[in-house]
Amino acid sequence: MTQNIPQSTAPAEAAGILTGRRPRFAKPPSWRSVAILIPFIVLFVALSIGSGPFLNPDNLLNILDQQSATLIIAAAGTLVLISGGIDLSVGATYALAGVVSAQVALAHGVVVAIIVTLGVGIVVGLANGVISTLFRINSLIATLAMSFVVSGIGSSVSGGNLIVLTNQPSFAAIAQTSFLDVRTSVWIALVVVVVLALLLARTTNGRYLYAAGGNAEASRLAGIRVHGVRILAFTLSGVAASLGGIIDTSRVLSAQSSSGTSLTFTVLAGIVVGGTSILGGEGAIWRTVVGVLFIALVGNGFDLLGINALYQQIALGVILLLAVGIDAWSRVLRR
Amino acid sequence: MPASISSDPHVHLTDISKSFGGVRVLSDVNLTIARGTVHGLVGENGAGKSSLSKIIAGLLTADSGQVQVNGETVTFRSPREALGHGIATIAQELALVPGLSVAENVFLGAEPRRAGFIQRRVLRARFTVLASEAGFDLRADARAGSLRTADQQKVEILRALSRGADFIIMDEPTAALSREDAQRLHEVVRSLAASGKTVLLISHFLSEVLSLADTVTILRDGKIVRTAASTDETEGSLIEGMLGRALTSVFPQKTPPPADAAAVLSVKDLTAPGVDGTSFEIAAGEIVGLAGLVGAGRSELAHAIFGGSRRTAGSILVDGRELTGRSPSHALRHGIFLIPESRKEQGLLLLRPIRENVTLASLRLFSRGSWIRSRPEHGETRRVLGEVTVRGESIARPVASLSGGNQQKVMFARGMLHRPRVLIADEPTRGVDVGSRRAIYDVLVENARQGVGVLVISSDIEEVLGLAHRVLVIRHGRVVAELAGSLMTEENILTAAFAEQPETGQLHEVER
Repeated sequence: MTQNIPQSTAPAEAAGILTGRRPRFAKPPSWRSVAILIPFIVLFVALSIGSGPFLNPDNLLNILDQQSATLIIAAAGTLVLISGGIDLSVGATYALAGVVSAQVALAHGVVVAIIVTLGVGIVVGLANGVISTLFRINSLIATLAMSFVVSGIGSSVSGGNLIVLTNQPSFAAIAQTSFLDVRTSVWIALVVVVVLALLLARTTNGRYLYAAGGNAEASRLAGIRVHGVRILAFTLSGVAASLGGIIDTSRVLSAQSSSGTSLTFTVLAGIVVGGTSILGGEGAIWRTVVGVLFIALVGNGFDLLGINALYQQIALGVILLLAVGIDAWSRVLRR
Repeated sequence: MPASISSDPHVHLTDISKSFGGVRVLSDVNLTIARGTVHGLVGENGAGKSSLSKIIAGLLTADSGQVQVNGETVTFRSPREALGHGIATIAQELALVPGLSVAENVFLGAEPRRAGFIQRRVLRARFTVLASEAGFDLRADARAGSLRTADQQKVEILRALSRGADFIIMDEPTAALSREDAQRLHEVVRSLAASGKTVLLISHFLSEVLSLADTVTILRDGKIVRTAASTDETEGSLIEGMLGRALTSVFPQKTPPPADAAAVLSVKDLTAPGVDGTSFEIAAGEIVGLAGLVGAGRSELAHAIFGGSRRTAGSILVDGRELTGRSPSHALRHGIFLIPESRKEQGLLLLRPIRENVTLASLRLFSRGSWIRSRPEHGETRRVLGEVTVRGESIARPVASLSGGNQQKVMFARGMLHRPRVLIADEPTRGVDVGSRRAIYDVLVENARQGVGVLVISSDIEEVLGLAHRVLVIRHGRVVAELAGSLMTEENILTAAFAEQPETGQLHEVER
């Protein structure tokens, strides 16, 4: 231990600013930002070797189709985490979006259904944002409470029943249309992910999201409306959750109010495994995409190799702990 | 306190050298620290002060050379071994358990126990003995978290003493302290020396070193420049030794603003949390110093002007235009920029790149709509960093990797990019090394020369006197004195700052 301490602390001062020399821990994000790629690539290669059908384009496209809703919701959730909040209501919103879009589609057609459902997502997201900023209620609790409220509304909309849309081909078209051999669900996810990634990396609001999560007081004194950018992040998260709900409803052509229970945690796991800090101020959307797909590959691998799904959940838990643990250890070593 | 310098060596270093990855941080250091003295250690950031003290404290091991404690040659592999020889370090970052009492903190991990239960009475009795031996006035059952920083440092010192320490290393003990607390800590250092303990004091505050230390050692580039009795040194001679050249002057030449300069900032009857009906003006090109005790309302006034706290009455005008809004973003739009007191807590995004930290308040300058154009952003960032003399740094590196001085310059670069009409700098050189300090003064003076109204808030009265054309003294949220010309003296500032009968006993100590 004593050997490590001088290595990491003293040169910072010793090398000094006058000499222009920098200690080697000076650029921490570089390895962190690519860390998730290593296990992802290892797993990808391992599955390619270990399972014949894995590299089949149908299998890969199928994974993307299954993950499209999760990817969209996790991309928006990354913005929330970076801005210093957390959104635990996405699963409930996703389920509500499913039943609302199904009910409205049955009565008024698909276009109205999409508009109304996205509107519901905006309302839920705005409410989350306002409650957790202006009302100063910790977003963990605010969105947890909101998830109960939203779930309740979902149950009352569906009457607790499974809503079936098998005779609604136009609804199926939302996600199931093929374009260049790829389903629209995947195309929609790709567009959303790219747009949100550009928003985060290249716009002023993206910069302000990092600032709000990294140091709220400093951001306020730099003239940034911290509440405003956080509300924006929560609103995008609400819209993304409802879009995810529409897509999955279109994929399976049925909806029920209890469908989103595990989604919140799958989404969070993907974001965190990707390497976005739950402490805020750090992270990137492409990492979240890799994190979500990594978890999906693990699931796919278990399926292809015929391993009991029971172990899949255990593996997911271990991966999550490892991801957060490695992150925490690397911070300690950097000190 | 006329300390008779004993010749009894407590710690003796012979030919100590240390390198990190090819960079030599200490070379052939020979140093004798006499028992019962206060030994000052000064030098620029990177001169090797901390490495040297860490070698004595057992945090680092020297590559070559000998460390002798009480005449015995030792090689410490851990701070615990050093403590076994009576050597303890009081670090800048305190390690107290805020929820426990003072006495519990002092004996943390070494509580008197019987059958697993802490013997509270024994604990208190031991604490009382220890505190009175050290001459500290601390309540045993006060919650450690409720103490002011100077008293928390006393708790740390008592903890070291309770483990038998008689050689105390203090690394920048007053850097985070207010003026009053720093004075109280000075008393502590003196009483430690008076009770026969040895203190190794590392500090950026040269006046502090000169007044406390019996002997001063100057380090430069890992070598000892000289060790001399502090009575033989002056601040000027220390700076010259640290820099290897004479600093022509610590402060730049003062250029008074033209007599007919218009007011850029007018504050009228401003009332806000901690500010009670304050009025003053700053002319274009004028540097106004704001002095006062900590808690007198200096930072509060800055935040009230900037919109960081809500004003309840009064008005603020920049170039004659009244501020209607009450937020920092509104103040920024009207040309007010604040360099806040704590750059880490209120200023910087430590994990984000230098570039993002510089441009945070002025992204509009390079964005079209909401889209940031990176080429002008990079160019402007480099330009303003050059203005504040941060050079040769990759602007993609996280700002946390910079030294304190350069971090503060990044805050100034953010200000320069904003082109303010009024620049408020709250403690602009706190935790900044001597070289960077001068660069920051130059930036402040250059701004004033270009017609910016500058307000400098500082606990360092010399800094206020060295920079300002005019000094305002604040007490209880009110400007109680305005000093200019020959009236600008340390004595007048202190008299105005303390003028009222102090309400607590704590202030008495400071007046002495």
